[in-house]
Amino acid sequence: MMEYVLDTVIRAVAVGTPLLWAGLGEIYAERAGVVNLGVEGMMILGAFSAFVIAHTTGNPALGLVVAGGVGGTAALLHAFVAVTLRANQYVSGLALAMLGVGLTGVLGRGWEGIPLLATLPEISALTYVSIVVAAGLWFVLYHTRVGIVIRSAGESPAAADALGVNVYLVRYLSVAFGGVLAGVAGGFLSVAYRPSWTEGMTGGAGWIAIAIAIFAGWNPLKAIWGAFLFGALYYLSFRLQTWVPPELLRMMPFAFTILVLAATAGSRRGEGAPEALGLPYVSGQR
Amino acid sequence: MRRFGPFQIEPTPSPAKGWMLVVSLAAVLCAFVAAAAIFWAFGINPLKAYTVIFVGTLTDRRATPEILRQTIPLLLCGVGLVVAFRAQFWNIGAEGQLLAGAVGGTAVALFVPLPAPWHLVTMFLAGCAAGILWGLLPAFLRIKLDVNDVITTLMMNYIALFFVEWLVHGPWKGQTARGFAYTDTFPATAWLALVPGTRIHWATLALGLGLAFSLAFFLARTRLGFEIRVLGENPRAARYAGIDPLKTIVVAMVVSAGAAGLAGVGEVAGIHHKLLAPEQISLGYGYAAIIVAWLARGSPLAAVLTALFLGLIFSSGDVMKVALQMPFRVTDVFNGLILFFLIGSERLLYYQVRWVSAKTGRSGGR
Amino acid sequence: MTLALHHITKTFPGVVANHEVTLDVQAGEVHALLGENGAGKTTLMSALYGIHQPDSGEIRLDGRAVRIRSPRDAIALGIGMVPQHFLLVRRHSVAENIALGLTDGPFFFPARAIESRIIDYASRYGLGVDPRAHIWQLSPSEQQRVEIVRALIRGARILILDEPTSVLTPQETRGLFEIIRRMKEDGCAVIFISHKLDEVTAIADRVTVLRRGRVVATLPAAGTDKRALARMMVGRDVEFRLRKEPRLPEADGLEIDRLVARNGRGLPALRGISLSVHRGEIVGIAGVAGNGQRELVEVVTGLRAAASGRIRVLDRDTTRLSARAVHEAGVAHIPEDRMHVGIVPTMSVAENLVLKRYRYPPFAHGPIMDRAAIDRFARQMIAEYEIATPGTATPIRLLSGGNIQRLILGRELSAHPTVIVAAHPTSGLDVSATEHIHTLLLRRRQEGAAILLVSEDLDELLALSDRIAVLFAGEIAGVVPAAEADHERLGLMMAGQRR
Repeated sequence: MMEYVLDTVIRAVAVGTPLLWAGLGEIYAERAGVVNLGVEGMMILGAFSAFVIAHTTGNPALGLVVAGGVGGTAALLHAFVAVTLRANQYVSGLALAMLGVGLTGVLGRGWEGIPLLATLPEISALTYVSIVVAAGLWFVLYHTRVGIVIRSAGESPAAADALGVNVYLVRYLSVAFGGVLAGVAGGFLSVAYRPSWTEGMTGGAGWIAIAIAIFAGWNPLKAIWGAFLFGALYYLSFRLQTWVPPELLRMMPFAFTILVLAATAGSRRGEGAPEALGLPYVSGQR
Repeated sequence: MRRFGPFQIEPTPSPAKGWMLVVSLAAVLCAFVAAAAIFWAFGINPLKAYTVIFVGTLTDRRATPEILRQTIPLLLCGVGLVVAFRAQFWNIGAEGQLLAGAVGGTAVALFVPLPAPWHLVTMFLAGCAAGILWGLLPAFLRIKLDVNDVITTLMMNYIALFFVEWLVHGPWKGQTARGFAYTDTFPATAWLALVPGTRIHWATLALGLGLAFSLAFFLARTRLGFEIRVLGENPRAARYAGIDPLKTIVVAMVVSAGAAGLAGVGEVAGIHHKLLAPEQISLGYGYAAIIVAWLARGSPLAAVLTALFLGLIFSSGDVMKVALQMPFRVTDVFNGLILFFLIGSERLLYYQVRWVSAKTGRSGGR
Repeated sequence: MTLALHHITKTFPGVVANHEVTLDVQAGEVHALLGENGAGKTTLMSALYGIHQPDSGEIRLDGRAVRIRSPRDAIALGIGMVPQHFLLVRRHSVAENIALGLTDGPFFFPARAIESRIIDYASRYGLGVDPRAHIWQLSPSEQQRVEIVRALIRGARILILDEPTSVLTPQETRGLFEIIRRMKEDGCAVIFISHKLDEVTAIADRVTVLRRGRVVATLPAAGTDKRALARMMVGRDVEFRLRKEPRLPEADGLEIDRLVARNGRGLPALRGISLSVHRGEIVGIAGVAGNGQRELVEVVTGLRAAASGRIRVLDRDTTRLSARAVHEAGVAHIPEDRMHVGIVPTMSVAENLVLKRYRYPPFAHGPIMDRAAIDRFARQMIAEYEIATPGTATPIRLLSGGNIQRLILGRELSAHPTVIVAAHPTSGLDVSATEHIHTLLLRRRQEGAAILLVSEDLDELLALSDRIAVLFAGEIAGVVPAAEADHERLGLMMAGQRR
């Protein structure tokens, strides 16, 4: 029995690691005030580029680095549309998600079925690193100067602007950062977790990452257990197939997110969304 | 305001129709150019690719009807979204509402035996109701708690997806062949007639066209349509005029979700004749319908044209698969690029270029 | 330390906000900027704080010309601003708010590091501020103190306070003055923007009066005749009066009884207004913007809920009715913001003309609207109200401001309302459109409507009103018959001197 539970925990953590990375990235972007619905696209672009690099250079770590770069670049596109052009962020993100999935599907055709020899281990280093990173990001967000600036850009960009903060720059950087983490998360999938490339291999993980950001109340520490919880649900959906319909378990993260949104609606005190989330900002607006 | 010689670029609160068309076309063109770059990266001559796509899709006698077939769900979903977007209800959940409609239609098809044509009629009614039911929660949360409708409708999409998967693998599982799971085939009374030689289930197409015309009439000529238009254009004026925003949101949801539900019934009753895996029922119609509605710039009638355009893109996916060995996913590339450029070009809409006479210093108008 | 503004000029499209404004402020001085809305006070201070650049003119600090391109530059020069609407992050703590944007603080735990400094400054000037409290827990007065501490910690030696007492109780105002005095003693300079004479004379050393973007005068505050100040503030332009026929007012058309309401920020806006407008009478509402006029209009027309009190139209209690029901009860509303509230810019002239009546016959039969009937009505209105438009289907955004206003008046007046609430009906219009609007209002007065006219144009109020009520700080400072009123008397009341 104990073994069973331990096994579940380990698997949950493995599945949850990429979710955590992507979720952390989304938290930072949204904390600065920009919704990035393109995470799925950035993740899968990261997965593909990591796989290609790892295969051609034999260096999986390099693959992750490139994946981060690719994700970050895609996110910059989103930032341009959302922050500079001040267009509809939600739909722009959706477009990038569509684009990313489609693009990797097209470009990745010749790469399916190729085995990857140089891989990274699933657990151990990567997962511990992710927890440390989450804790670090929490610390930065709440207890450093940079964190106050980011959070203020998302809560009250007018206040930040009046105090000399460059809201545009903060938002650009946060969104790009989110993209980098999403790319790296995707890289995990193709280089460590399931060393291979298949079309659409992120399988909706990007959307779960967005759900995690909300479910965790935009708090990186809570995102840890949110990611592992959702990872557990995913793993258990296979493991418990004979007793519980797997699909019902897999829909839980999304249902939970709606619940959390409803429960924290209109809360100005603690847990609600950053006040200026999703709203374009024009410098000098009061 | 900026001057370039005799031209002056200035912001305008509402763009002229001609300008909107120009900007839309420019965005689509940019998307096609970007897609060409991708073709080139894939090692395919873009010009050759586009020729194959357009010529292949428009001239091949088997391929051309597919355009109409793909247009059907796009039209239904898109036309509904036109109304929803006009009322500022951002329904990203058409995909889930379509699936819900498919479920509702299947339930009636398999478990409520009725003579034809009542069977199909009831299926459509059930599907419409199921779609509306699916949109109820996000609408309620938006009205009562001001919860963001984009996120909630998006989440509902995934819940619907897994719900259908569960039904198809679980309680409603029929035969299983080749590793796929689906329900039993519908009885004959639940099959939609097709135009001979094609897969066009014309009844649903007629529904879609009828809906487009009725919604155009609805928006232009009815009280409720007037209220939706005012609310969408200027919420403050709507308040001043005594228009109830809650009622309009509900109407927007009912129309868009119901239409998507109808589309779902059309797919299962017309094409598949059973309920199967969600990604086979909808090839992303709910999301592509966002493009349909956006391009239509608020006109249900224009949505007929934009739905055809998206239908062309979808059906060209098959052609590209066969002729160019490209995966069907390439349609996602087109869709993503078009949507991205559309959104990116929004700001351009709200500027206008005026020719200012150097002598008088001021052109006509204010 | 001397701060000097030389010939500052700033124009926005269509309006000269500041014209050759020159003034100076010394260390240890409290310098008040007195003026009505639109006088240019906030524009001037925005230039000083780097929010925008003046078109011409110079700012000199200690004789040296400086360029202030952004709030950062201003802060670096020791200029701090406490805005009228606080820019604080509600969810964050006081310390986090103050630490925001500080570049000289530590990277780690900036909030905690700054706590002791906050307490330091707080005690030095008598500001009781708890660094760990969150902004949403604080009262407006406490929030204001946070803003002050924030400016001081950044090294502000020149502090700009923009209408600081608008959110304070009299007690809290006294507290604020104490703080200002201590800052003065410490050698800071304080620029105090206000339209309230009592405060200006109580706390300021010198006062500069601005009107229509120009400096009227700069004088020592103490000992100056308040009436002179009031006159300078509102000016005495050439008064033209339309011939207004005398009319005996009849019974009450609109009755407002002890109305109390809050504004959009939850602060008290109306503190017990009682007023009657008789049928056949125009009652003008004078006052500097922000003293409750907007809320009064919104409550009377059903766009805002009252906290307590009653409104009666003829004999009907309309206090709790929705905007639509109030309209149906016979109240017309000509809104202050004609472009963003009064019309739907993309819709046609005809559709805008039925914006409030589209649901009733003859414009609608059941759920369907009757286009032909709407069109007929539109043609009739265009003729009757002299609206210059190419046609009934023209998008209304193409019309000039004056014609849009004629359309709005036509729409509202054609329903033969008992009560007309007109908020700034002629702002931004040319002379002929203004005259036309005035004529329309006077005609309705003749026909027995009860008209509530809110305006910042004293000439307009004097010309049209039978009586004028002045709103100050959410209360009626006084009601005078128009025949006995003049700019000076009204100006005094607008600046807080009760009748």
